[in-house]
Amino acid sequence: MNQKQKKNLVRIVVAAVLMIALAYAPLAGLPRFMAYLVPYFIIGYDILYKAGKGIRNRRAFDESLLMAIATIGAIALAVYEDGDYTEAIAVMLFYQVGEWFQSYAVNRSRRDISDLMDIRPDYANLQQADGVIERVDPYEVEIGSVIVVKPGEKIPLDGVVVEGTSSLNTVALTGESLPREAREGDEVISGCVNINGLLKIKTTKEFDESTASKILEMVEDASSRKSRSEDFISKFARVYTPIVVYAALALAFLPPLVRWFGMGMAPEWGTWIYRALTFLVISCPCALVVSIPLSFFAGIGGASRQGVLVKGSNYLETLSEVDTVVFDKTGTLTKGVFQVNAIHTDKLDQNELLHLAAHVERYSTHPIAESLRNAFGNEADGCQVEKVEEIAGHGIRALVNGRIVCVGNAKMMDAIGAKWHECDEVGTMVHVAVDGEYAGHIIIADVVKDHAHEAIRALKRNGIKKTVMLTGDSRRTADKVAADLQLDTVYSQLLPQDKVAKVEELLQQKKTGKLAFVGDGINDAPVLSRADVGIAMGALGSDAAIEAADIVLMDDDPLKISVAKRIARKTLRIVKQNIWFSVGVKVLVLILGALGFANMWAAIFADVGVMVLAVLNAVRAMFVPKSVWQVKENSRNLPDATVA
Amino acid sequence: MKKVYKIDVDCAACANLMEEAAKNTPGVKDATVNFMGLKMKVEFEEGHDVKTVMENVRNNCKRVEDDCEVYL
Repeated sequence: MNQKQKKNLVRIVVAAVLMIALAYAPLAGLPRFMAYLVPYFIIGYDILYKAGKGIRNRRAFDESLLMAIATIGAIALAVYEDGDYTEAIAVMLFYQVGEWFQSYAVNRSRRDISDLMDIRPDYANLQQADGVIERVDPYEVEIGSVIVVKPGEKIPLDGVVVEGTSSLNTVALTGESLPREAREGDEVISGCVNINGLLKIKTTKEFDESTASKILEMVEDASSRKSRSEDFISKFARVYTPIVVYAALALAFLPPLVRWFGMGMAPEWGTWIYRALTFLVISCPCALVVSIPLSFFAGIGGASRQGVLVKGSNYLETLSEVDTVVFDKTGTLTKGVFQVNAIHTDKLDQNELLHLAAHVERYSTHPIAESLRNAFGNEADGCQVEKVEEIAGHGIRALVNGRIVCVGNAKMMDAIGAKWHECDEVGTMVHVAVDGEYAGHIIIADVVKDHAHEAIRALKRNGIKKTVMLTGDSRRTADKVAADLQLDTVYSQLLPQDKVAKVEELLQQKKTGKLAFVGDGINDAPVLSRADVGIAMGALGSDAAIEAADIVLMDDDPLKISVAKRIARKTLRIVKQNIWFSVGVKVLVLILGALGFANMWAAIFADVGVMVLAVLNAVRAMFVPKSVWQVKENSRNLPDATVA
Repeated sequence: MKKVYKIDVDCAACANLMEEAAKNTPGVKDATVNFMGLKMKVEFEEGHDVKTVMENVRNNCKRVEDDCEVYL
């Protein structure tokens, strides 16, 4: 609570106590009137002051002015009838309670969300030239300085580890609870928490440019890009107040005049003016307006907690309407790294074949060579590898323990006269021949990500009608992945520019719903910007991807796409509930008020009560439905599925 | 040219009014008020002095909502 909120709370309590006490005070006539003015001025002086300013600035629809007219009118009617002053004071009181609650709730959510993010570093341990470590404001650390991060501390600035090894907790950045390892030479990003070792880091960015600051800024900025719901409600608010005020004027004068002249009855001015004042009490649009940006803010904050950065309320809104998801294959649905998938031998032991192949590839930097070495594990054993010769476009030949081993493609086998044969497995075939005789082949393929199956299923459960995969890979490989993941459509052998064209074609075919494109954000920036929503994956530490996308998944888990979709749907559901609920109740009370069924008490309760409920409902958007995480935990136990 | 200013305002409807007021200030091409972030983004028209324009923006905002602040 800030100073202003404390002061207003005191005013509310004092005025409420006085108002209740006065109901039991044995006063009548003028002293009673004067006594009631005390709580009225305590609770309403600032409104009256603002109302005066409203008149001076010629703002007829100023909410303070309308509130002042309503309450002063009610008091005047009470004086005239020597009746109940409590009503006017109560209206002012509840109005202030509403204002107070709104300000408290909004401030609280702002704080909750920055707490939720919990990545803002407060200080940096700067190592001075003489080796002394000083605690400084991270803003003061220059690029190239050495900072020390102790266990339990947040890394304040992006940099490179120059000394020490440790595990880093990235949960606040990515939502991923598995720690990352960091050792000398590794790049580390701000916002991670150092778990166990002492790290010395040479900074590569200033505080403002560091990941943690940029992410926080992005989340705060996200509500600058307004959604259609917000535009609608602010337009509605603009016409709402004038309409209600004119209706109030009409209600005050038309029925009495009609009764008087038209029907020859008593005009009943008091009744109709009272009803008109009731209208003024609910003319303030604040209750309508506040819950919408608050819902989006809470939704975006809750998403960032899960490692999903949404760059604008509008993108969250569009994502909720997405029914077609287009994926890039490599790096999005598959890991984008080659792995040994199968070993087929004719005579040799499988392990022996891999052993020989790994040796031949000892000095090669080709990704295939790397995957062979990784698969064998202990490549640097005592075996002799000599006369390594790379034959361009064919493969590699080497002398391993005195035997000539050739590792390469079909062309190489043909060239040395080894009889090779086709294979059913999809992927890149690496043939091995020993002393000119065919020994077998190794299949190397890209691997589908652990959560890819679950991710597609989760999307289907969350309202996605069509899943499409785009890839530059061969048709055979692409079809296999698509079949394995149960994708609806696949387009293979595409050049980068073809991907844009395909997405445009898909956009044209669509009549309803929106299209999202998911990619790694580095090679597919044009496609990301062309789609209704561009989602970049695995963007932690990649500025280019963060720049290009509308929604950024900090880690590369495809399951996060459905998390984002769920959050978007939930947020929009809450937004719609709030719009219908607040507008509905206000209209209902207006009608009841005009007919004389709702008095000022009902009006102010409708106003404040609706706002409180809408705000509480909005805050719900911050929490992600739990079942997503249960699903994720379960799918962890499934074995890795490998396909080409 | 675009600039971001910190603001202070208590109610969302008032923030919308401030946005309107800022937009209608001469020299301002476009303005967005971010109520949750308490920021005002202002895009200026060419050939206007940013400082005087912003002072007008601040005054105009104060006219529609007394209880607000634009930190220049």
